[in-house]
Amino acid sequence: MLKSSVTKPGDSRSNALLREISSITHMNVWKNIKIKRSFHQIRMEKVFRTSLVLIALSILALVIGFLFTLIVQSMPSIKALGFGFLFGKTWDPVANVYGTYPFLLGTLLTSFLALIISIPFSFSIAIFLGEYYPRGWFSEFLKNSMDLIAAVPSVIYGFWGLFVLVPIVRALEIKLGVTPYGIGIFTSALILAIMIIPYAASLGREMIRMVPSSLKEAAYSLGATRFEVIRTVIIPYSKSGLFAGVLLSLGRALGETMAVTMVIGNTSIIPKSIFDPGNTMASVIANEFTEAASTLYLSSLIELGLVLFLVTVIINLIGKRLIKRFTTD
Amino acid sequence: MKIKLNIKKILLAASVLAIAGGITTGCGNNSSSKTGSDSTATASSDDKTLLGAGSTFVYPLFSKQFSEYNKLTGLKINYQSIGSGGGILQLTNKTVDFGDSDAPLTEEQAQKMGAPVLHIPMCSGAVVISYNLADVKDTLKLNPEILADIFLGKITKWNDAKIAAINSGVKLPSTSIVIAHRSDGSGTTNIFTDYLSKISDEWKTKVGKGTAVNWPLGIGGKGNEGVAGLVKQTPGGIGYIELAYAVQNKMSYAKIQNKSGNFITPDIASTSAAGNVQLPADSKIFLGNTDAAGGYPISGFTWALIYKDQNYSNRSEARAQNLAKLLWWNIHEGQQYCEGLHYAPLSPAAVSVAEAILKSATFGGKPLL
Repeated sequence: MLKSSVTKPGDSRSNALLREISSITHMNVWKNIKIKRSFHQIRMEKVFRTSLVLIALSILALVIGFLFTLIVQSMPSIKALGFGFLFGKTWDPVANVYGTYPFLLGTLLTSFLALIISIPFSFSIAIFLGEYYPRGWFSEFLKNSMDLIAAVPSVIYGFWGLFVLVPIVRALEIKLGVTPYGIGIFTSALILAIMIIPYAASLGREMIRMVPSSLKEAAYSLGATRFEVIRTVIIPYSKSGLFAGVLLSLGRALGETMAVTMVIGNTSIIPKSIFDPGNTMASVIANEFTEAASTLYLSSLIELGLVLFLVTVIINLIGKRLIKRFTTD
Repeated sequence: MKIKLNIKKILLAASVLAIAGGITTGCGNNSSSKTGSDSTATASSDDKTLLGAGSTFVYPLFSKQFSEYNKLTGLKINYQSIGSGGGILQLTNKTVDFGDSDAPLTEEQAQKMGAPVLHIPMCSGAVVISYNLADVKDTLKLNPEILADIFLGKITKWNDAKIAAINSGVKLPSTSIVIAHRSDGSGTTNIFTDYLSKISDEWKTKVGKGTAVNWPLGIGGKGNEGVAGLVKQTPGGIGYIELAYAVQNKMSYAKIQNKSGNFITPDIASTSAAGNVQLPADSKIFLGNTDAAGGYPISGFTWALIYKDQNYSNRSEARAQNLAKLLWWNIHEGQQYCEGLHYAPLSPAAVSVAEAILKSATFGGKPLL
């Protein structure tokens, strides 16, 4: 049916559309005119729109479905442990006592520490690539190697951390006079920092490149130096984007599993300093899920997943709020 | 205004959709775990392929045995090494013909199975205590008391008087002891903590035994390779790993004093010997702290798990017989492949118990073998 009705579909119709548009703009009477659209066109519009809505819906349904499944599956442990789960300090599968506090602490400590370490690097790279060297082979090279950092599988970071970073950190710990484990919260934060640099850096670079040159030129014409332009024009203009990049990298740090598992030390004892071994929620789940034998144990691990999900959501919401405040300033 | 309304509608629709989806899948799960789903073992409906899942520990041996068995009979066996817990779950859901676990079923697991399950020992493995003391060339000797004290955090230095007392002539450094343990749930941890529970009352009450426990101190590594890596890297490190892994990676490991007072080097012979004791009829025994005079004290069986009555969810009798014959072959001819892969073959006592258990398997009440 379609094929028979339309011969040479592209040209004639787009020409007609163009003519129609030009006549409309000429007459400047948008509301009163009834545009002649073919039945086929209208149907295509509807099909396209419906498929968009359906796909958007399915994403929403997935997220809500995740939440719902996590809640249902963690019901046994919620019933048995209640709020004790959140604040309990022991995780003892033998005695069926599950407290997530050490892991919650470990997750937040490693992620925020990693963020603090990574921010100077990612912002510097963003400014360098966005403002100083936006073009040229060197800039391309740097940009590509940064993208590569994001593409390396996390297990490779784990291996590298274990065999290269751990001995270095151990040497440092011996100098500082703390127990020289080598692995621990600090080492994980270092690995995480390297892994998350590209996220904040590439988004920041894009944002900095989008700063209108008229603004920058105006500042220069007033006698500002390059550093002053960056400080007073570029960063204020692009700060919501920079912050969004930081948020993105934080999300990545919170959920990172494999690399952290390999270098954090995996102990459920509450860390006393950043050089102590610890554990994160994601790595506990990855470690213990396969052999979780009893119902309560399995359900507690799923509830751990629920807590991680909620922590991520809350941090994202706070971040969105902060971005909004930044942009309305 | 209009757009906002639309978004609200979409949100509502999405949540309804999600909840509906969640409910249907939730119900599905419940019904399958309660009644045992009917569409079981359909993953491979042809009787020429058997499905198994479970222990990662036994996987290298199984893959060797199964490929040899395939050459002999043409029967294919698809074994997924997803961990003992996963294997038990799969058998409970009746999606596999057999599971394999490094620990006997707990009461809760046995209850969930809904029908009697047989434990057939396949081979045994030892857990060795590996250490990193660069200057100590001799093999270190450890006794149960020292081992428990180290893992409870009571002995913290390598030159502790207790260690020095049984290692006369060995120059021990004053390095701190750094304990490495498994961070993932594991049969190896189960065997080791079971041993510690048997030899130390304090360990039994404070920590207990299981595939994952609340370690009083130390750092965790994922898998044998994780623990081995930690021990190798950390001066003064100590950790427990599977014998096969330690041998292949040429790590140093300690002689352990057994119940009869002998210091035993863990190897295939001494691990097999540990299982050459009076076994219970159902073979469900932890071999830790064995009575055998020449037996290495930290070892355990791995068991294939099958339903006692093989007539369930429309399985054919031929399939059930294939399974029984395979396991029969595994505990006899199949044992020759153990040593090459550093597993300990079943002791004569264990083979006869395994035979009796396998013979008790039935199909609709009739014996299979």
